[in-house]
Amino acid sequence: MTKVNCSIDVHHLTRVEGHGDIRISIKEGKLIDATWAVVETPRFFEVMVKGMSAQRVPFLTSRICGICSISHALASIRSLERAMEITPPDAAEKIRLLAMHGETLQSHALHLFFLAIPDFVNTPSVLPLIKSHPEIVQAGLRLKEAGNAISALTTGRLTHPVSLVVGGVSKAPEKKDLLALKHQLEGVLPDLEKTDAFCKTLTIPDFTRETEFVSLYNGITYPFIGGDLLSTDGIRQNENEYLTMTNEYLEEYTTSKLTKLSRESFAAGALARFNNNYAFLHPRAKEAAETFGLRPVNHNPFMNNIAQLVECHHIVHDAISMIEKLLDDPLDQLKTQWTPKAGAATGAVEAPRGILYHHMEVDESGKVVKGDCIIPTTQNNANIHLDLSALALQALEEGKNDKEIQLLCEMAVRSYDPCISCSVH
Amino acid sequence: MQHLGFSHTKLKIGSFDFTCCEGCQLQLANHESSLPAFLELLDIRNFREISSERHDDYDIALVEGSITRQDEVERLETIRKNAKVLVAYGSCACFGGVNSLKNNFPLDQAVREVYGDKSVDTLPVRKISDVVKVDYSIPGCPVSKEEVERIIVSIATGSIISLPKYPVCVECKQRLNTCLFDLGEICLGPITRAGCDAVCTSGKTPCLGCRGPADDINFPSFKQLVSDLKLSRDELDEKLGFYNCFEEFRHDKS
Repeated sequence: MTKVNCSIDVHHLTRVEGHGDIRISIKEGKLIDATWAVVETPRFFEVMVKGMSAQRVPFLTSRICGICSISHALASIRSLERAMEITPPDAAEKIRLLAMHGETLQSHALHLFFLAIPDFVNTPSVLPLIKSHPEIVQAGLRLKEAGNAISALTTGRLTHPVSLVVGGVSKAPEKKDLLALKHQLEGVLPDLEKTDAFCKTLTIPDFTRETEFVSLYNGITYPFIGGDLLSTDGIRQNENEYLTMTNEYLEEYTTSKLTKLSRESFAAGALARFNNNYAFLHPRAKEAAETFGLRPVNHNPFMNNIAQLVECHHIVHDAISMIEKLLDDPLDQLKTQWTPKAGAATGAVEAPRGILYHHMEVDESGKVVKGDCIIPTTQNNANIHLDLSALALQALEEGKNDKEIQLLCEMAVRSYDPCISCSVH
Repeated sequence: MQHLGFSHTKLKIGSFDFTCCEGCQLQLANHESSLPAFLELLDIRNFREISSERHDDYDIALVEGSITRQDEVERLETIRKNAKVLVAYGSCACFGGVNSLKNNFPLDQAVREVYGDKSVDTLPVRKISDVVKVDYSIPGCPVSKEEVERIIVSIATGSIISLPKYPVCVECKQRLNTCLFDLGEICLGPITRAGCDAVCTSGKTPCLGCRGPADDINFPSFKQLVSDLKLSRDELDEKLGFYNCFEEFRHDKS
């Protein structure tokens, strides 16, 4: 057998949000280097928030990300409310949680159908699938549309929420619109079944590299907003102790920071949530996981795609029952009146791609003195980087050629659904 | 493709992102029910975010984001050379957008604060038209997909391309909203270009002016309104500076 010599240099990887490069060098069958390098331009959000009034901050930080703007707005809102000891009304908390469901469903559907599935069926994009697999593309579009419909109704817009504010929400959804949304969500339940059936025909690469998984945990529900920070290696911390869970550091080759906890790297995201919170999934979501052989703790990064699909089941079912509760709620208490107060606190939420932290310190006039944002993809960067080495080595042992190795590595990165401009912010 | 019995040439299009959140590109993938029909109009030659196929023979370049590093300048100049028509879309591309808030701080201080001693390349934020010629601008944070669709179709058919000249206030009144000034808020709706269907004010959130100034605005009168209502001048300044599109008015101290 001839020994593989290859130099893989993927500049600005396609079908991911933002700009990242994969570089792999193999000489005479030996792996010399495997690098995941983020080359995105930094925007300096932590500097921009300085001096800004607390009520304006969520409108700024939501612009960190075009896909998970609701998560960013809510992370800022939670940190500011905790810093200034503001308790939002119960109805506002319910509307916010529903908004998170909308964003996660929209984001997962976008990732699965537009970004991930094309690799599994060997096409450069989803576009050829519109003709070859119209049923599955339509199912994906309806799921994404349903997620967007939730976001639009609960936050006023699909991207960059308008009604999520410090103290609560500025406007409640109309009951008739909530009812229509419930029917729309019931209408996409068969689309989830179709997606399950289709995904079962795909070959998920067999690759495992044991790692640590970090997510929120509250011991009662599948977590989306606030709670303790939990790792599969047994570390549990209060939300305000986020720095001890992330330990950010810098490397020369990348403009995004990296993080670590008990090991050289850890992972955040759907698979991390699944691994830490399996018990709290909706029964139908557990059934779906079972049919894919997905059980906690799973260490195959490619299974993050399936964990996202499992979460879509959970979200659609949970959103339907949450809407039923909102329909019985008078929705008359939406916002707590507040006055500025000096303080500092962390707001942690589960963004679609994993645990997201905003930490804000405000002065007595309610202006931000210091801000810190730690992004899910930042937390995944070291894990992606180390996966690439292990995956390239395994592929070499299996006798794969350079094209096959490149595709596998690209698929591995895409499995994390990286949000790169977010990670640099 | 046939439309009313006529054949139609697909528009060769490329979509490119610079420093931004990529939320405007994402809008192109929304309106899912009409998405396959919209895509039928287009021959997507280069769109990294959704396709691994990349070609340089596009006629229209949609450009999102602002320019904050030298390699972006070079990439943008190449796109300008390749494209017949360059459309800047989104507030970052049209005005610099929220990214421009960085320009309020010394660059070396910003780098030190976020990266410590690591050296990181970054330039003062510029809008697209500061670097290359822009043929059309579609403002908004994010853009509205309806407006992008309408303008792309207008380019294809040679129709007149225009944005509303009147302010957001007009659309807000059409939606029968209570005026946010009556609720004690400073809202930039009276001076901001319409076309968003007053989406923020309809969610009871004041307009922050993401679409830039409307034509012929009466800024002194607007400022007088804020002062008559005894609202905060600092808050007004913070709002005017949010998307970097009211600079000429913001520094008017009269």
